[in-house]
Amino acid sequence: MGLREYVVRRILQLVFTLWAFVTLLFVLFRMVPGDPTTRFVMEYPTTEEREARIQELGLNEPLYVQYVEYMSQLLRGEFGDSTHYREPVRELIFPLFLNTVVLMFTALLIAYTIGVLFGAAMGWLRGSRFERAGIIGVLMARSSPEFWVGIILVTVFVFQLGWLPRSGIGGYGGELTMNVIDRYVNFDFLRHLILPALTGAIVYLATPALLMRNTMLEVLKADFVEMKKAEGLPERTVLYKHAARNSVLPLVTVAAIATGAAMGGSVIIETVFNWPGIGREMVNSVTRNDYPVAMAAFLLMGTAVIVMNFVADMLYLYLDPRVKYE
Amino acid sequence: MSTPTDTEVESVSRRRLRWQRRLNALRNWVGVMKDDRLGQVGLAILAAFILVGIFARPITIEIGPAWFQIQPFSLAPYEPGARVADENLQGPTWDHPLGTTALGRDVLSQVIVGTRVTLIVGTIAAFMAVFIGANVGIISAYYGGWVDDVLMRITDVVYGVPFLPFAIALVFILGASLVNVIFAIVLILWRGTARVVRSQVLSHKQRPYVESAKAIGASNFRIMYVQIMPNVLPLISLYAAFAVAWAVIAEASLSFLGLGPPGMLSWGEIIYDVRSAGALREAWWWVFPPGICIMLFVMSVFFIGRSLEKVVNPELRHTQ
Repeated sequence: MGLREYVVRRILQLVFTLWAFVTLLFVLFRMVPGDPTTRFVMEYPTTEEREARIQELGLNEPLYVQYVEYMSQLLRGEFGDSTHYREPVRELIFPLFLNTVVLMFTALLIAYTIGVLFGAAMGWLRGSRFERAGIIGVLMARSSPEFWVGIILVTVFVFQLGWLPRSGIGGYGGELTMNVIDRYVNFDFLRHLILPALTGAIVYLATPALLMRNTMLEVLKADFVEMKKAEGLPERTVLYKHAARNSVLPLVTVAAIATGAAMGGSVIIETVFNWPGIGREMVNSVTRNDYPVAMAAFLLMGTAVIVMNFVADMLYLYLDPRVKYE
Repeated sequence: MSTPTDTEVESVSRRRLRWQRRLNALRNWVGVMKDDRLGQVGLAILAAFILVGIFARPITIEIGPAWFQIQPFSLAPYEPGARVADENLQGPTWDHPLGTTALGRDVLSQVIVGTRVTLIVGTIAAFMAVFIGANVGIISAYYGGWVDDVLMRITDVVYGVPFLPFAIALVFILGASLVNVIFAIVLILWRGTARVVRSQVLSHKQRPYVESAKAIGASNFRIMYVQIMPNVLPLISLYAAFAVAWAVIAEASLSFLGLGPPGMLSWGEIIYDVRSAGALREAWWWVFPPGICIMLFVMSVFFIGRSLEKVVNPELRHTQ
């Protein structure tokens, strides 16, 4: 199979996966047991209100009509109205999505920067006490669920030391009305960002660190490292300029996949720190029976995962020309 | 007495060979374990948790003769759901080594009983997930063609589903119960095993032993599960170990959000209780033990997984 054919196939697969995911979502949210109106309507509706709502939501139509309507809405970027906030989901959800992206991107940036350096050092110093302690530490961090890391950080830095704020992203509840620059570019926001981002960073650190260590061990066995050493280059140069640089490649694709997965993982961190992001909103809207919001949040997270998996494959193709197309 | 026929002799010796091979695999693992301090620590911690889980609540066996009936025995000193102390939110004392909850319940008893829930959810979910994943992988790789296409496209779609949000939505829609929590975890967790087993089986499919089994006229079922399966089993057990870790973290996360099985005190649920009682700030004795238990348990599984990894991939042994 040629390169072009592989890419085309992969794109078709992406489209298929997105379609199947969206359909799955439709089925999932139609599985709600009982009369759907009891979940979509406010409490204690009169019969007329109920009828009106059923008409409005199109729930009296046959299922396939609903499905077509739902698909065409999605293609137009419409998610309906929130039953809780009583405003369009689209306007509601994008600022939240942006908050999540900022948080998770910061967390991953820290995790992958430290993870790469730390993993390289672990590989370089193999068999040492440093490596051993590093592995144990990293596995310990990976073994802790996000909420547990978050609670420990809150206990130390908020309750004991009182250095950092406990929740929110700054301001007094008006965060979402501010424009993007005012919202993110200020010291207060940075203070609010530290703990949740650190929580994510600690949990996500293990993958790059361990993977970097493993590939380092492979690379260090290669001849060119010996040659560089024989050329008389200082160890540090060989380590960071030659060995580490060659070990980083596989990590790029892993980082792309992790970026997608982090969108889903943000649910817990955002709940612990009351971060107004898409994950927390999903949990809240699910418990409020606000299905349009829950669906939109879930859809955005899933799309992020699918798209980033695709990006990872393409990056891999670009970075490693030796790859064989399946 | 008739003398054994040739085929009988052959099958006996082949069976012996197979047992020999299994024994070797086991010895191999023991050998790796001997040098692997982290693996040993993991096994010890896991064994401790399993013992605590088994003996957490009273055991009574009512079948059989009177002398066989085991007396009630419980590691948990108190009834975990009952008010047993005069003071709420009391720090550690001799009577209550881990203090009391906001409702005057004994924290230590809750943590001990929580072990059992975590073990049950973790192992059942992980084994079901790996069972499904291994079968999908084997069938997909063995049959190839449209079977492979269909199964792998399904796997691709599942790869696009964000794990925790999906579990939250599903448990919420179907209702929070032990079965639904496990169901939600299994529905996602099988995907990793399926892919890895598939790629492994693809390479085994090409090997001479499969060819010769086919030539003899062995059934597809037999080739898949008797010939190929044992060779992928180490890999499957590795994924089972990691699946236990993910399942436990997922259950704890769901419980932390208040979506755990109601009425079952898992470790995540205990932390949810601390949080909803608003006692995170002061009651360290209530929030730390269950969290440490989750961490230790998952860590022990990761350690064991690492040593299994060395069995599966012998190259790793030299790089340690």
